[in-house]
This record gives sequence, C-alpha cells and structure tokens, in this order.
Amino acid sequence: MATLDAPAAIGLRTWSLPSPLATLFRALVLALLAFAIFGPLLNLLLWAFAERWYFPSKLPLEYGLTYWHRVFQPRGNALASLGTSVWIAVLTVIVSLAVAVPAGYALARLRLPFRGAILLAFLLPQAVPNLPVYVNIAQVFYQIGLNGTILGVVLVHASHGLVLAVWIASAAFASVDVSLEEASRNLGASAWTCFRTVTLPLAVPGLIASAIFVFLESLDEFTGTYFVGVPDVTTLPLLMFNATMGGNYQISSITALLLLVPSIGFMLVVERFLKSDVLAMVGR
Amino acid sequence: MTTTSLAVGSPSARSLLRGRGAALLLIAPALGVVGLFFVAPLAMSAVVAFRGKEGGFTLEHFAKAFDFYTTDLVFTLAIVLVATLLIGLVAIAIAGYLTLGGHPRTVALLRWLYRWPLFIPFVVAGQLMRTFLAKNGMLNHVLIGSGLIEPISAQSLLDWRGIVVAFVWKQAPFVTLLLAGAMAAVESQHIEAARNLGAKRLRVLVDIVLPQVRGTLLVGLVLSFVTMLSVLSVPLMINPNSPTMVTVDVAYRISTFADYAVANALCLLSLALAAIGAVFYLRHAVARAEGAS
Repeated sequence: MATLDAPAAIGLRTWSLPSPLATLFRALVLALLAFAIFGPLLNLLLWAFAERWYFPSKLPLEYGLTYWHRVFQPRGNALASLGTSVWIAVLTVIVSLAVAVPAGYALARLRLPFRGAILLAFLLPQAVPNLPVYVNIAQVFYQIGLNGTILGVVLVHASHGLVLAVWIASAAFASVDVSLEEASRNLGASAWTCFRTVTLPLAVPGLIASAIFVFLESLDEFTGTYFVGVPDVTTLPLLMFNATMGGNYQISSITALLLLVPSIGFMLVVERFLKSDVLAMVGR
Repeated sequence: MTTTSLAVGSPSARSLLRGRGAALLLIAPALGVVGLFFVAPLAMSAVVAFRGKEGGFTLEHFAKAFDFYTTDLVFTLAIVLVATLLIGLVAIAIAGYLTLGGHPRTVALLRWLYRWPLFIPFVVAGQLMRTFLAKNGMLNHVLIGSGLIEPISAQSLLDWRGIVVAFVWKQAPFVTLLLAGAMAAVESQHIEAARNLGAKRLRVLVDIVLPQVRGTLLVGLVLSFVTMLSVLSVPLMINPNSPTMVTVDVAYRISTFADYAVANALCLLSLALAAIGAVFYLRHAVARAEGAS
C-alpha cells in the first residue's frame, strides 16, 4: 500500500499497528528512555538541594542551600579543587595543542615516512587500557618527585589528550581546500604566510573542537589523577569521589553538578565546532 | 578559485616542507610525549610483572594474581562483555530508528534525548547510579509507586548489575552517535529500493543498513570494550567488594601493599583481555588509514 508512495517511502509510516496503538507504543518507549536518562540526573538534582533525606521517604524531607554555602565558602575544598581542575585542564590544552598542531599538519599535508606506524602510535592510548600506564608512571614519578605535583598530572593528562588532539587537528587541516593554499602561494605568499593567513584560520573551528575535547577530558579525568596526583593534587572528580565514599551525598552531588555543566554544555554545542566535513576526515 | 592547471609547476603549499626531515621534526614532539608517557610505562609494566626479587625472570606474580583474583578476572570479562552487547543493541535500536523511523516528531525527540550522557564522565555516572540504584534509591521508589514491585521485594542493584547499567548508560550514546552518523551516509536509494520492494523496516535495518555500517559499529564497540576494562571509578563506587573488577584489585594492591609486581601482572592480564578487541580495532583503523592515503 504505502509502497506506492515510492519517493517518500522512508518518511512514511508503514507500521502494521493501528495508529492509536502505535502512538501509545511510541510514547511509552520514549517515556521509558527519558526516565532511564533523566531519572539519575533528577535524583542527583534532588540530592544537591536536599537538607535532610532519610530512608523510607521517597523525596527529601527538607530542601535548602546549606550544603551549597558549605561548598562555595571562600576557603572551601570545592573551590580550591575547581581552581586546580581548571588550571590543570588549561595547561593540558596548551601542552597538547602545542605538540598536536604541528603533528596534525604533518599528518594531513606532508609526506611522512612510516605514516601507518605513526598513525598506529597515535591510536595506542585510545586502544589500550590505561591502567598499567598510570600505575607505572606513578611509580616513576614517585621516584623523581613528580607525584603529587600539578606538572605530573598535566603530563599524564596531556599524553592521553594529545592523541585526540592529533586526530582532530589532522582532520581539520585535511578538510582545508588545497586550492586555496595554492592560490595564495601563486600570488606570492611565502609558505609561512600561507599557513598563517589561509590554512590556520580555516582549520580553527576544528582546532577549537580539539581544544574543548582535551579540556573536558582533563577536567573529567579520574584514574590517572587518582594514581599520580595523590595526596597533594585534589581535582574536582577526586573531591567528588571522596565525598561519595564518605557518604556525603549532598557535597558529592553538588560537585557532580559542577562537573556536569561543562559536559552537557559541550554536548549541546559540539556540532557547531565539529562540522561533518571535519568529522568525515577523522582517521584519514 | 585557481584552476589546477595554474597550480601545477608553481610552488604549492605541499612542496615547501617536502623534505621528510621537516615532517618528522613537526611530528617528533608529539611522538616523544606518547613514547615517554605512554609506551615506556607500558613496556615497564611487562618488565615489572615478570621480575623476581633478585631481578631474574619469574612467574610467581602471575601465580599470585591467579590465586587471588581468578574470580575477579572472570567477573570483569563477563561484565564488560554483557555491557558491550547491551550497548550494541541499544545503539542499533536508537540509530536504526533515527535513520528509518517513520514518525518525524519521535525521531527529533529521540535525537535530542539519547545523547545527554555523551560527555558525562564515568566518575559522575558512578555517583549517579550509586544513589539512583540503591535499595532506597529513586528507581525502587518509582517501581514501588507504580505498583510494579512490592516494597518488600525492593533490592539494591549496586552489584554487577549496577556496573553494567552505569556502563551502558554512559557508553551507549557514544556508539549511537557514531552509528547514526554512519547510517545517515548509507545511500538512501538502497533503502528506498528495499522499501519499494515491500521490505519491513526491521528487514531493511538488518539486511541493508547494518551490513554497510559494520565497521563503524565494530570500532565503537571495541573502543567501549577497552575503555570499560580500564575504568576504575565506576566499580570502586558501585561495587568495591569481592567479586569486583580487576581495576579495583590493582588499586588495592598498590594503595594497601605497594605491591607493584602483582598489580602489573593483573594489568597485563587485563591487557590480554583488551588485546582481543584491540586487534580488531587496529586492523580496521590501519586498513582505513592506508586505504585513504
């Protein structure tokens, strides 16, 4: 029947279920999915504003901001951890991009010997469990005094973030139209001028995307900091973890909310920075 | 726009740094960081795990690891496999509906809905599930409130099930995103042709669309598999007591006994588990990289 409307066949409903039943079914599935996704988040929100919440009651007995005041008090742990986290993430972005941009350009534009092997090396940190790496870096860093330092944590974060940055940067450079570069060169621009005024500006959205990825990954990183940062570097995820394990659900929920804001914000805008033409070049 | 004939023979952007030395110079710092802070520690893991007290070769650390943690190794593999399977099913279902779904408003809503956990860190997912799935958590309250279970039969899901739920919740959107992207690139004529011949949506999904996006699905699942193997926060927060995942055991060996030898033996064993997946992934990725260059 519906197959007669050939051109729009994909967009047409051909379910054999009668329409009201199908609508009900769709609504039910969507509702279940929404509960599965937002239920845990709503639960977190309740905990963040709960003053008192004891066992048999389904909802908090009292709401308030006492714990928010405690988290945001001027010399509180949370603000210090937030500062540490952001500082580490910024340094990680700088280190990662400083080495990833030239590497990405070389991978995208230049003739490289052992290109396959090099690509493979940049795959490793994503394709291999990181635990053994963190364990042994922690042992070495402990001996040379880098354990518990910001620099140590930044190096660990950068070695992982770098990989994503190289792949995205390389894709960003690869998506720049070569003929534009050739035009500028033909008009007499030096290679450096051409890179600075043509290639780089065109690749900037992709590079921003990779910077955001690296920033978020560093901000959210737990395992590496757990091994390398202790006992002196407490990032936000570690603070949250300690609060959770200590049974202080209000503090841990508020901290979790602080971590969620950039994550969800990025989820909402990611496509603005990572256009499909760049995505299509990832891994090429 | 210049024409290509104009560009030929003129110094193109490509040619300036044609020297392979320059290319290697540009890439050396990045390779150095990966080598120093990733490959070297990985190699060290292999050395430490096999080195005895006097420095000779030994298997005693592995014997000890198997002695204490065989259950946990099996537990880990089972959890990660079940989670990977569920992630695959969820991703196929959602991406499939996004591609073939016949109800535009449902498709739009689903597209908006599914990706919320995409960038939420594992440590937060662990914390979310720790309160959501507890015996007196929101899930049980809703189940009791809707009359689906009796209050007396409410139970805590903070065991292997909690870990699986946290993993699927966090990773399924990632695989879905990859898969939906790949499915959108499938030639719509193929789909239309099959639909015109009277194929049902499910048939189109299984017979036409899925075979064309197999590579993407594989990459997404293998990446998730490997990632989940080395997540420490989720099992630590949801189910730290035995049987638990190997990552927890590694952290415990180090923080309690400073026993790097057995910890590294455990790490190598979990690497071996990951190797199965990684081989698939690397083979696919390298084939693609070489095919495109």
